[in-house]
Amino acid sequence: MSRLRHIFTAAVAAATIGAGALVSTPAEARLTITLGTPVIEPMPFALPTFVDEGGAGGLAAEISAVVAGDLIGTGLFEQIPQNAYIQQVSSFDAAVSYPDWQAINAQALITGAVQAGGGQVAVKFCLHDVFANGTLGECMQFAGDQGSWRRVAHKVADAVYSRITGEGGYFDSRVVFVAESGPKNQRQKRLAVMDYDGANVNYLTDSSSIVLAPRFSPTGDRILFTSYSSGFPQIYLMDVNSLQIRSLGEQPGTMTFAPRFSPDGRKVVFSLERGGNSDIYLLDIGSGGLTQLTNAPSIETAPSFSPDGSEIVFESDRSGGQQIYIMSASGGEPRRISGGAGRYGTPVWSPRGDYIAFTKQNQGRFHIGVMLTDGTEEKLLTSSYLDEGPTWAPNGRVIMFTRQPPGEGSPQLWTVDTSGRVLRPVQTETAASDPAWSPLLP
Amino acid sequence: MAYMTKALLIVAALGLAACKNPDRYGAGGAGGAGGVGAGGVNGTGLGSASDPTSVAYFQQTLGDRVFFLVDQSTLSDEARGILTRQAQWLQQNADYAIIIEGHADEQGTREYNLALGARRASAVQNFLISQGVSANRMRTVSYGKERPIEVCAQEACFAKNRRAVTVLSMGAGA
Repeated sequence: MSRLRHIFTAAVAAATIGAGALVSTPAEARLTITLGTPVIEPMPFALPTFVDEGGAGGLAAEISAVVAGDLIGTGLFEQIPQNAYIQQVSSFDAAVSYPDWQAINAQALITGAVQAGGGQVAVKFCLHDVFANGTLGECMQFAGDQGSWRRVAHKVADAVYSRITGEGGYFDSRVVFVAESGPKNQRQKRLAVMDYDGANVNYLTDSSSIVLAPRFSPTGDRILFTSYSSGFPQIYLMDVNSLQIRSLGEQPGTMTFAPRFSPDGRKVVFSLERGGNSDIYLLDIGSGGLTQLTNAPSIETAPSFSPDGSEIVFESDRSGGQQIYIMSASGGEPRRISGGAGRYGTPVWSPRGDYIAFTKQNQGRFHIGVMLTDGTEEKLLTSSYLDEGPTWAPNGRVIMFTRQPPGEGSPQLWTVDTSGRVLRPVQTETAASDPAWSPLLP
Repeated sequence: MAYMTKALLIVAALGLAACKNPDRYGAGGAGGAGGVGAGGVNGTGLGSASDPTSVAYFQQTLGDRVFFLVDQSTLSDEARGILTRQAQWLQQNADYAIIIEGHADEQGTREYNLALGARRASAVQNFLISQGVSANRMRTVSYGKERPIEVCAQEACFAKNRRAVTVLSMGAGA
């Protein structure tokens, strides 16, 4: 598991670099994508394979492909094929001939260079606003261990995305999920983590017990999950670096499940079932202090904190079917926010604070949707036989979820953006379910 | 012969009890319908279904499971009949510890189905207590939608998966 530790702790250093004559500030930045607007035409960009400045070999092309793949995967960008390029970029420091890129209608041009050696990799890049005849922001260099070259590439793509959209990126992030194998009535489940794009999978547990619904801590160093390792569903806390697992106060005769961290990482909100009835509780990890937040004969589960920690959104069937409610983080009378036809479950508060993502069941179909925190502006983003369990990208613009086909089919992870236009499967080496996105890595 | 059967039964049951994870017990969880396959124990160890003191009799003749309507944990008249017979048998065969597994069909979210399975298991437990089965012989566990017994996308399968199964192991009075 040293590889895992490596991935989580590898520092990727960033620096701006002087690019001499390349740096010029455009009079008016034209390279802008405003997220949240109804229709966005993909922005055409050119990305010549990054130049090998020593020792990089095939890595230069692989890094270039990861950067381009990140951008294309958002649905906000489209890549102009390299065989259309007029200017051939063979040196990072060579002057850019903007008319050559304007002629093929490249709005953005990303040039870069890769140096590798001594176990290190360094990537330089410039983002050019082609029709402004200059760079957008300063050219930069990211460097890290060679083993984490994908992270370095994701950092470059995050910087490009962030400059053009004006919002935080999400490519340099991890996803913890449940890797599945075997027939459906004897499914084997293991906890695993991967890069957001499905690369670099590491398994955190074996398949000796059913494991469910892992969740990252706000700093990504710990994972909460539910396991049947005692024979009964209980919540556990795993340290990501040491892989040590500890039980969170098992009480015989009860079931605990659906845990999530508070935004400060010190508390866990979860469901505790006793005598057939599930309510929401808050556990202080340090002191072990337990507070009951709901007290109703109905099912209360799937709690999720607001990013400021003041409120908790959860689902309850107190009205007869599953609906979404918000209460104070200290409990008290909740207010119902969902009101449409069908059933609403698994609410998750966006890291931006604006939306609640949820699973909706209506007329035999499942949907992933979003609504504002007052329940208005409900928007269904997906529809299938069984979609469930949304998790937010660190920038609150993309949602990952589980899609399960009917019958013997295996579940797979998918992403959808909050516009609902960009729906894509995540490539994983096994069947997969219950994703939870990490924060953006440092 | 009767002696042999009993001995096999006890050996098999001890083997089952040694598994701390109830999903290894098999009957309602990972095993096939009505069978006990998942734990690597076949039906012969459970005695003959014609022997009224055998686990096989409990599973196959009395019926070890009851079914529920969508989202419901209410016991039907049929379920009450089955559980009444289970309760009588359990009082006559007091050496078994009892785990009641609650299950849901896949037409629900994972968390809700865990809670729903717990409701169903608890409904069965409460009924068995009301019929005189000692509460301290029983535990409940919910599998939510993790262990379907029938795999298809039709109501015929869903209906069989919305169940509570009374799973026996040697131990309570032994």
